[in-house]
Amino acid sequence: MTTFSLGRRALMATALAAMAFASPASADGHKVVDSIHFLIPGGAGGGWDGTARGTGEALTNAGIAGTASYENMSGGGGGKAIGFLIENADSNHGTLMVNSTPIVIRSLTGVFPHNFRDLTLVAGTIGDYAAMVVGKDSPINSMEDLMAAYDADPSATAVGGGSVPGGMDHLVAAMTFEAAGKDALGVKYIPYDAGGKAMAALLSGEIAALSTGFSEAVDLANAGEVKIIGVTSDERVPAAPDAMTMKEQGIDTSFVNWRGFFAAPGLPDDKLAMYQKALADMYATEEWEEVRARNGWVNIHNSGDDFKAFLEEQEQVIGDLMKKLGFL
Amino acid sequence: MLEGLLIGLQTALSIQNLLMVIGGCLIGTFIGMLPGLGPMSIIAIMIPVAISMGDPSAALILLAGVYYGAIFGGSTSSILLNAPGVAGTVASSFDGYPMAKQGEAGKALTIAAIASFAGGSIGALLLMVFAPALSSVALLFHSAEYFALMVVGLSAIAAFAGTGQVAKALMMTLLGLIMATVGEGALFNMPRFTMGIMDLQSGFGFITLAMAMFALPEALFLVLKPKTTQESQDGEIKNLRITGAEAKSIAPVIGRQSLQGFFIGVLPGAGATIASFLGYAVERNLATKEEQEEFGKGSIKGLAAPETANNAACTGSFVPLLTLGIPGSGTTAILLGALIALNVTPGPRLMLDEPQIFWAVIMSMFIGNLVLLILNLPLIPYIAKVLSIPRNYLIPFILFFTLMGAYIGQNNATELLLLVGFGVAATALRFADYPLAPLLIGFILGGMLEDNFSRSMQLYDGIGFIWERPMTLGLLVIAALLVFLPSFRARRARLRAEGIADGD
Repeated sequence: MTTFSLGRRALMATALAAMAFASPASADGHKVVDSIHFLIPGGAGGGWDGTARGTGEALTNAGIAGTASYENMSGGGGGKAIGFLIENADSNHGTLMVNSTPIVIRSLTGVFPHNFRDLTLVAGTIGDYAAMVVGKDSPINSMEDLMAAYDADPSATAVGGGSVPGGMDHLVAAMTFEAAGKDALGVKYIPYDAGGKAMAALLSGEIAALSTGFSEAVDLANAGEVKIIGVTSDERVPAAPDAMTMKEQGIDTSFVNWRGFFAAPGLPDDKLAMYQKALADMYATEEWEEVRARNGWVNIHNSGDDFKAFLEEQEQVIGDLMKKLGFL
Repeated sequence: MLEGLLIGLQTALSIQNLLMVIGGCLIGTFIGMLPGLGPMSIIAIMIPVAISMGDPSAALILLAGVYYGAIFGGSTSSILLNAPGVAGTVASSFDGYPMAKQGEAGKALTIAAIASFAGGSIGALLLMVFAPALSSVALLFHSAEYFALMVVGLSAIAAFAGTGQVAKALMMTLLGLIMATVGEGALFNMPRFTMGIMDLQSGFGFITLAMAMFALPEALFLVLKPKTTQESQDGEIKNLRITGAEAKSIAPVIGRQSLQGFFIGVLPGAGATIASFLGYAVERNLATKEEQEEFGKGSIKGLAAPETANNAACTGSFVPLLTLGIPGSGTTAILLGALIALNVTPGPRLMLDEPQIFWAVIMSMFIGNLVLLILNLPLIPYIAKVLSIPRNYLIPFILFFTLMGAYIGQNNATELLLLVGFGVAATALRFADYPLAPLLIGFILGGMLEDNFSRSMQLYDGIGFIWERPMTLGLLVIAALLVFLPSFRARRARLRAEGIADGD
């Protein structure tokens, strides 16, 4: 039921804003873009959602963009939004779609007719580590405990995630179990259609553990609602210094889920350059630093051709992994 | 708590904030009437405005006004034009539109306004008193129970299975469930039943189907059967006020549905849509036999029930947001984004760390509801006048309204073709006396039904969850009762009338 208008809505937002209040941002000299409409291929409250809204917040607060609007279009692991952007390319020159590792996975499995090469590559902006999370009352306190629970009763140790089977959350769970010497395909993976719903399922005790993005779990972990038992980073992340890495626990896994922005195919070059400049300018601002630190993201900036090379390398690495795990 | 209330009131009652809430209610009501723009999109539109104000309390108060205004605006188009713009107001059109057609549009809108106000306010009261205690309720339901809850929601179709219509209603429900499987599901990597057509990849749009099933056939009927639809054309809006007897008969409905709707709203996987269907189904079963006949034909109880329940559920959905930091619905997820942008992190510590924000949210709900009621009651006669527009102007207006609604939802012209195609098919079905509401109910609930069912199947390695989880079994029994009890009672009454009933 997630339905919105696009350009029209941005226009209305601008008009309403102009009617009611003078926009404080317009007084600023740094403005690069009047308005950006973010297309979010997943449910509200998930990792893509946080990335788009955080980026929009930083861009507008820093005065780089006049206004930002957001649209959630979930379905099919992000395929719905990619299809939408390609189908309606001409009317979406004002739209930036947030995406991440799943777009590479989808192009590999070939389930979906499109891949990242069918879109205009704007820039990769951040990374987010993956995390294994359990509820605060769970007897599981470490990856070792989780593996022991899995050995005792694989069927009762369901791992949930916010992506389809064979999607990123599933892949990370399988990767971790594989690295710990278990049968990766024996893991019972339960998919949810949004990160928020998967988190609710974890707290309700429906699933034993949740494979999710670190930034999606860090607020609840700091509030004491969940425990992060493993992070796929090389070093501990400052936003949650108590959370152990997988490597510390003898599981040789590291994984960064990059996030970045794409535009409709056939986007005029001047507009592409404008969006790339807006995103590049963002890194130096205090507003971005605040959002980034709050979410525990890592800056990984790849613009234009660098982004293309980066994606192709990811495709290679993940493809090998998926073949090894039997997903391909 | 009293102290918190006073802080909240003090904040909310400043001139600036009162202007905010009045402006928000008006903007919400008028944009909310357009079928393509539900509360979620309107709040998304208003968020940049709210954030630019910088003061979290003022921003929340503005957004609350917009939110409640949008919900009420959505009901207006359901009642007046049979054009439900969001899934949560579909059930309001079941009885609201027949009332409007019988010349009681003013009364229907008044009932909707009062029921919305009561549902929202009682919900806010429950939220205020029980929010911390309710965080555990929000986590009570597993996928198995959500599945059972959707089945209970499906039992709302019983209202459309009138004499001799049971088979037709079931067929239409199944058709709706089948249509929900088109496109990419949340649980599979594969697109299904798209026949390779790119536009079907995302499945059928809710707005497109709602307009095609309800609003478009109405407009076509006005053209095809001019004589039978004369009632509302006399330009007179009768019965604006509800009588004392009517108020008395809907009061218990409003009371029950405020509670039931609120608790359904608290569950992160349910929400206003389920609450409205459940409210409709339950109240129909609780009504007396004569009143049951009225359901679907313009029953005031049938309108009051979903209107109360969907507003109470919207308020209930704030419980997981404010106490756990988990957004249970699309709208609360957008609000979560707005709160974070205002440097407020909802969660278990919100009430302790920033009580003034918590109380400002609660107070803004009361004030949003109250201002909406005060603003809208005097406006209702003018809004209802839409129906007294001469037919030759009204029909193009409805056509424009429905087509635009389907288009702005997706920004995709293919939706218009789908809308017209389904609209013509729906009109043909109506001539053959097939009820269309069950199709839409099946379509809306189908996706969630399937997701939760297959998750439970995976978790329990089969359908064992039905008897292993007592609450699931209990809900399924309730669903069976809701479906079969009315026909059983009707059958017994019939037999008794024929003098061959059991024992007497």
